This record gives sequence, C-alpha cells and structure tokens, in this order.
Amino acid sequence: MSVADFAFYLFALTTVVGGFFTVMARNPVHSVLWLITAFIGATGLFVLLGAEFVAMLLMIVYVGAVAVLFLFVVMMLDVDFAALKAEMSKSLPLALLIGVILLMELGTIFGVWQFADGAEAARVAVTPALDVAHNTEALGQILYTQYILLFQLAGLILLVAMIGAIVLTLRHRTNVKRQNVMAQMHRDPAKAMEIIDVKPGQGL
Amino acid sequence: MVGLEHYLAVGAALFVIGIFGLFLNRKNVIILLMSIELMLLSVNINLVAFSSYLGDLTGQVFTLFVLTVAAAEAAIGLAILVSFFRNRGTIAVEDVNVMKG
Repeated sequence: MSVADFAFYLFALTTVVGGFFTVMARNPVHSVLWLITAFIGATGLFVLLGAEFVAMLLMIVYVGAVAVLFLFVVMMLDVDFAALKAEMSKSLPLALLIGVILLMELGTIFGVWQFADGAEAARVAVTPALDVAHNTEALGQILYTQYILLFQLAGLILLVAMIGAIVLTLRHRTNVKRQNVMAQMHRDPAKAMEIIDVKPGQGL
Repeated sequence: MVGLEHYLAVGAALFVIGIFGLFLNRKNVIILLMSIELMLLSVNINLVAFSSYLGDLTGQVFTLFVLTVAAAEAAIGLAILVSFFRNRGTIAVEDVNVMKG
C-alpha cells in the first residue's frame, strides 16, 4: 500500500467517522466539532484528487466560517438539548431503515467504472497539464471567462444571504439609549444654550 | 492506486449519513442543518472525484457554486433559527408551522 493509498483511507475514515458522530453525538457542541473533523477529512481527499484550490476553499469557508457560525449559534441558544435527544430513540428504526435502503441502492456503484467512449471528447474544460497551469490558475482562467455570469450570480446569492441574515436577526431594543447622529448635527447654540447676565450680589 | 469508485463510496456513505441524521434528529434543527451540510459535502466529493478522474475542470467550478449556496443556506437557516428561538423560546421543529401565513 503506497503512501497515497494510506492517506486516502485515513482521510476517508476521518470524513465518514466525523459525519457519523456529527449526527449521533449527544452534545451539539461535539456535533459541530465532529463536523469540522469531517470537513478536514474531505479537504485531505480533495488535495489527494489534485483540487488544491477547492480544498483550501473548503477549509476556509467551512471550517473557518460555517462551522464557527454553527458553534456560535449552538452556544448562543439556551436550549435543553437533552430533552430533544430523549426522543431520538423513537425515530431510530425509521432512520436506520431508510439509511440501509439508500446505502444498498448507492452500493450499486461498486461495479467496474469506466467512462463512455464519447466522454473524453465531450469535456468542456480540459484540465491543463501541471507544467502549463496549476490547479488554481486553471480554475481562475475558466471561472473568470466561461463561467463569469455564474460567478457573479454566486456573489449576488452571498449578498442576498448576508442582507437576509442581518434583517432576520436585527432587533431594536426599546430601553436602550442610542446615539442619534442627525439630531446631534442639527443642534445649534441658539437652541441649545442660553447666556444669562447675572448681576453681582443678586443671583438668579 | 485508489480508483474512482473509492471516492464515490465515501460520497455515498456521507450522503447516507446525512439522510440518516435528518431522520434521526427530527427535533433538533441545528443538527438538521449540519446533516444538510454533510449531504452537500458528499455531492462536492463526487463532483471533484469525477472532475479529477475525467480531467475536466467544470466539476470543480460547480463545487465552488455548491459551496457558495451551502454557505448562504447555513447563514439564512441559522438566522431564521435565532429569530424563531427569540420569539418562541424553543427550537422544536413541530412548532414551525406557525410560520405559514
């Protein structure tokens, strides 16, 4: 078994075990940590496949942003997770049944795979050789030309998601004092203060 | 040499785990969202594996878009979850039908 094979089995095991304990863990914080493990395993698999850019993106976006977002929400919500977990055993038989059936269906992939005769000719963006362009460069060359519309739309999706998340979670508390910038800027000395000429010995 | 079917097997296993998690944790929306992330990750593994073995970069480009949609979905889902929790004090999914208009 070569080093690459060993690395594949290591990362594949990490991914699958991480995914399994994500859905099985009792504590949701542990679930998020197992999810991060699964993502790191998948990152290793992508590196083995020669897709370094996607691998690093997965690491940054999933582990750095999405998983931390999950962790943040799990810790922010004060929920009795034990009560939610107590009903887990009720749905276990159904979940196992569906899982086993689906696994058997997907098990048909364990045949001998070969690409169709026309598949090589039908490639849209052939991967260039490594000495011509490495993975990131090659991806950039088709992402910014052939797929520019989809790329921009992906940015739009992210923008809409960002605005949506802010609008959904924004709330104005009534009993908190806020700075009103416009009111501050529209103050003038005539309205804000009064100069009184106090005579000596008389007072106001 | 590890073949294509090995990667497809990992993808299939991860997808089944995601479905299993959906049915197992029907009450806990956070784990449901994590299961959906796992299923999208398995799709990504399949796309990248086919892309690598066929020598076509299109699969990796689409992985980027799946990644984008997954991140947006997680953000929106968690935002809905937080505002739901603020209003109801619970994240039990059975009560979510109060949202229908």
